[in-house]
Amino acid sequence: MAMNRRDFLKVAAGGGLLLASDIKPALATMPTQLPPEAVGMLYDATLCIGCKSCMVNCKTYNSVPGGALYLENRGVPYEANNYEQGIWDAPVDLSSRTLNIIKVSKSGTAVNKDSTENGYSFVKQHCLHCITPACVSVCPVAALRKDPVTGVVHYVEDRCIGCRYCLLACPFKVPRYEYEYASPQVRKCQLCNHRYKEGKYSACCEFCPTGASIFGKVVDLRKEAQRRLSLKTGDEYDFPVQTVGSKFTMRRPVSKYINHVYGMTEAGGTQYLMLAGVPFDWIGFNKNIGDNNLPELTWAYISKIPAVFVGVIAAGALTWAITSRKNKDKEES
Amino acid sequence: MNQTEIKMMTPTTRVLIVLMAAGVLVMFYRLIFGLGAATHLNDIWPWGFWIAFDVLGGVAMAAGGFIIAGAVYILNWKKYKPIVRPAILNAFFGYMLAALAISLDIGHPFRIWHPVVMWQVNSIMFIVAIHVVLYTTTLATESSPMFFEKLKMTRAMNFVNKIMVPIVLFGVLLSTLHQSSLGAVYLIVPSKLSPLWYSSRLPYMFLVSSVLMGLSMVSFETILSARAFRHKLPMDILSGLAKGSLIVAVLYFAMKLWDLVTIAGVQKAFDGSVAGNMYLVEMVIGVILPLVLLSKKSMRNRSNSIFAINMLVIAGTLVNRMNVAIFGLTDYTARTGADYFPSLMEFLLTMGMVAFAVFGFKVSAKYLNLFPEEQH
Repeated sequence: MAMNRRDFLKVAAGGGLLLASDIKPALATMPTQLPPEAVGMLYDATLCIGCKSCMVNCKTYNSVPGGALYLENRGVPYEANNYEQGIWDAPVDLSSRTLNIIKVSKSGTAVNKDSTENGYSFVKQHCLHCITPACVSVCPVAALRKDPVTGVVHYVEDRCIGCRYCLLACPFKVPRYEYEYASPQVRKCQLCNHRYKEGKYSACCEFCPTGASIFGKVVDLRKEAQRRLSLKTGDEYDFPVQTVGSKFTMRRPVSKYINHVYGMTEAGGTQYLMLAGVPFDWIGFNKNIGDNNLPELTWAYISKIPAVFVGVIAAGALTWAITSRKNKDKEES
Repeated sequence: MNQTEIKMMTPTTRVLIVLMAAGVLVMFYRLIFGLGAATHLNDIWPWGFWIAFDVLGGVAMAAGGFIIAGAVYILNWKKYKPIVRPAILNAFFGYMLAALAISLDIGHPFRIWHPVVMWQVNSIMFIVAIHVVLYTTTLATESSPMFFEKLKMTRAMNFVNKIMVPIVLFGVLLSTLHQSSLGAVYLIVPSKLSPLWYSSRLPYMFLVSSVLMGLSMVSFETILSARAFRHKLPMDILSGLAKGSLIVAVLYFAMKLWDLVTIAGVQKAFDGSVAGNMYLVEMVIGVILPLVLLSKKSMRNRSNSIFAINMLVIAGTLVNRMNVAIFGLTDYTARTGADYFPSLMEFLLTMGMVAFAVFGFKVSAKYLNLFPEEQH
């Protein structure tokens, strides 16, 4: 081994510092606080009548250029053309063609709305737009991004390599993949972010007839949700329709709520908030989703890499120096 | 021993060629018709057999390369010099397979280079991608002297040999990070992966088990190639590797036991579920049996028993990787109703790739100076 021991150590240490300096700034790239202007949605399962208007209009308004279902050269996803002619699909779960779905959970005779005893409850499932999204943190090419202003988690298809780590990482099973295509995309709700510049908002909220889904700034939605929880069951309340703070309201008695706003803390908090009259695990949410943001778990590992880099190189170089000298001594003696 | 004695056209080779040809056909089918046509993957099972076996398993099997190279060049344990070339070459094949498998598993194979230019350092997948690129290059450099020797490019060979120590050290570093980061891939799924495997210590688990796997794999190949190519068995090397395996197995067993007791609880392993049973299979064949056998000195000194123990460890570690990637998710996926069993094409491609590695190793043994010490 002709390489000078000192040179070797220099090279090794230099490499370690280079990597250490590159990795540190990344800590700041994952947001952990709700952007002040962030938009989101409040879904109140007690107001939902299961008409699925939101599902139909989600497909229609996302099949235009810029929409989450649109792709050039692939035509418009099938329902958009066909539903006006009376051909409907009946999706049973989220998929690469269904970004929003109304499901029902029921028990026994299923006659009591919002009850687990001989009752039923609707739930609206789509992307929750996490404050610290696991999908954004795991994407190796930053194809999934969180908008710094609106907080909308959206997809940049040209970057995506299709590793599907986002599908694995999402605790809510939201991102879906187009396995059927040779050039597939990840599909998920983007909160109709292509409609904001026309002054519009999420189609599912615009076309919800009862105000079960309302759009607005997350800070306002949180207040609205808390207000509803503080109301007395049976009292009348003017529920806003379409958007929070809307002049268009619907007066009706307040149902019994579970005392929890889903999305306040789950997975570090989300921009899609939910109220329901039944426990959230009963309508399909994984009970094991904790309150910690998930990227933190990964960062605990990644942040150790620079230290490991320097440590392994230093320890290895030192070991080599010692063992080579020992061998030399043996040869000389 | 004369290299020309290695016969190329044996029945085994013919089988390997058929398997490789089938693998190539599946590869083209997947590229033309897409993942949905070639695999049984779905939205609830985004990763399947290719990730579990080819990538996680393949990389673990390649761990022997950095261990032996580190032992010979950094620790200066010259006893292991005779097996350093085959160990590195084997690791090189292992990584090529993992890289090929991940290229075919991703939705856009021709964008495989994206992570190299589109950095996203919060992503373990990015870290893994960079490691695969760097370490495959490192392994190519480490095995290049063999090729330069064959091509009589003495100056190039001497140059690489001169810088071998820093290259090997870089390789040890990359492997440490890469083996552990494959475990870290699963840190983000606490609500999906069974507590039998999910733990914040997953990266360490993967690292330590890869060392165990690497030692067994090197020993396994040494015995296999000695038999196939009629070398004399280097018993002192094999006993040394077995002793190393014993030490690592004790450490790994302690880590696994600690994890089981503190996280899932012992009763979870015996609850009769798919995950519980697979955990027991993994532990019995991959850790407990080898540990019991290796602890007997007589077992560590006989090539037949070492060979059997190696097979146990290799199978057990592969089961572990399959458990983390597939069986550990069954409790979660059962609630969603989605099912996954690999398609015939997923199996065929994997078999084709394994055949390629075996075939490539054989060709290298015939045409390259793979066992330099044996010829004197």
